[in-house]
Amino acid sequence: MALYSEKVMDHFRNPRNVGVIENADGVGEVGNPVCGDIMKIYLKINDEKVIEDVKFETFGCGSAIASSSMATELIMGKPLSEALALTNQAVTEALDGLPAHKLHCSVLAEEAIKSAVRDYYDKNGIEYDPKDFPDPEVEACHV
Amino acid sequence: MFVYADNAATTAVSPKVVEAMLPYFTEVYGNPSSLYTVGQKAKEVLEESRERIAKILGAAPREIYFTSGGSEADNQAIISAARIGAKKGKKHIISTKFEHHAVLHTLNVLEKEGFEIELLDVHSNGVVTPEQVRDAIREDTALVTIMYANNEIGTIQPIDEIGAICKEKGVIFHTDAVQAVSHVHIDVKDQNIDMLSISAHKFHGPKGVGVLYARGGIVLTNVINGGAQERGKRAGTENLAGIVGMTVALEDAVANIDANNEKFAKLQDRLIEGLSNIPYSELNGDRVHRVKSNVNFCFEGIEGESLLLLLDDKGISVSSGSACTSGSLDPSHVLLAIGRPHEVAHGSLRISLGEDATEEQVDYIIKSVAEVIEYLRSFSPFWGDLVSGKRPHVFAEHKEAV
Repeated sequence: MALYSEKVMDHFRNPRNVGVIENADGVGEVGNPVCGDIMKIYLKINDEKVIEDVKFETFGCGSAIASSSMATELIMGKPLSEALALTNQAVTEALDGLPAHKLHCSVLAEEAIKSAVRDYYDKNGIEYDPKDFPDPEVEACHV
Repeated sequence: MFVYADNAATTAVSPKVVEAMLPYFTEVYGNPSSLYTVGQKAKEVLEESRERIAKILGAAPREIYFTSGGSEADNQAIISAARIGAKKGKKHIISTKFEHHAVLHTLNVLEKEGFEIELLDVHSNGVVTPEQVRDAIREDTALVTIMYANNEIGTIQPIDEIGAICKEKGVIFHTDAVQAVSHVHIDVKDQNIDMLSISAHKFHGPKGVGVLYARGGIVLTNVINGGAQERGKRAGTENLAGIVGMTVALEDAVANIDANNEKFAKLQDRLIEGLSNIPYSELNGDRVHRVKSNVNFCFEGIEGESLLLLLDDKGISVSSGSACTSGSLDPSHVLLAIGRPHEVAHGSLRISLGEDATEEQVDYIIKSVAEVIEYLRSFSPFWGDLVSGKRPHVFAEHKEAV
């Protein structure tokens, strides 16, 4: 079997929703260059708390790009509550699996979305439980 | 266009080598240890191969041991020297931080057994100096093991000088010459090399066969126990077809070193010049003291695996030292050893040309790498931070070619 599923390669070669949203309602960035991957998610959220648009920028390996792309597809047009419920397992499954040592890429995708939602909450004075969100200060490379 | 440019990983077996090997699968298939004719014929060819390889390396036939490849040869060389040293109370071993894992991991095993392993720092140009070796040698040094040419960045080490120092100090000197033997002229006696490892598949021979040269007088420790093959030092029925293939391949490679290097030098210049035009990129390893077929670059703001996969889509086979390609958390230990920060080591690319490479292929590689890097940078938040000044650049925008 090849390293990556066809789905992963498709999303890597033709990533969906690449780019930047100017004046985004929420922006989340996770990872760091020392570890070799950074994901940045931009959200446009309407008054009904529905994700009207989502874009991403990613520095990382093939599965990091594919995971970002897939994650944006999974939350596009969805209510915020659904975006927050997105798990890394869901991203992995939607990609028809990832090699064991690449699973952290799907974790980054989940965390990037959560981080963007948190940014939206912060900007709009919406209260939340920080425990539901990844710690933005963690700089250690994922395992 | 298809360009295989990962010849430091492995090479295609040359048709001449395949042809030379074929009789030893179906005609002269005897076991060299057998006493009847087809066995003795095999034995004859085995010994003839040993003589031919010995001649190329400047060794005596009885100093040539056939192994399953470079890793086994490295393992056996290091373990043997360690056992010899330990008998005299010498348990200090000198090596470098950027050796192949076949060396480093064997040294790890010895360290757990109580040996003291000293890994020399590698200068930013990817070379260790003879002075470093001289300064590190102690009364209880059992072995100096330093690679001839680095597998990732192709830098060639001052083997003559290190050999002379080791001889003067009476320390066993082993060199992993897997990446060097088809690129530089080696003479183990002139260069005072006590042990040397080579692997056939790096020079158009078959996989699964290699050589350990060990100077007469060095008592090897078996790593494979069993029958009395290889003068009792390496058990297992000899891979005769492989050994014959390796012999033909090595003769061919060594006979063409100068002609190939002349050709490679031009392509290497072209490749380095072309890739240097990509902003915020830098060559890894010394510009001069390197294998002529090797070019290794770091590019800021991108990750090596993505680069490699997209180049593969364009028909180009190359490798990277990023963590993602190694399956570990850290990028290449070689790039870290020469002082590259993690964030640029993740964005590395190794191109190792084959003898049939053309200017047209090199130009295609340059164009493709430039395109892919521009594309990956276009949506890399790391690159965005570099451009906006949020994070500092590691490299200059353009480095003057040396």
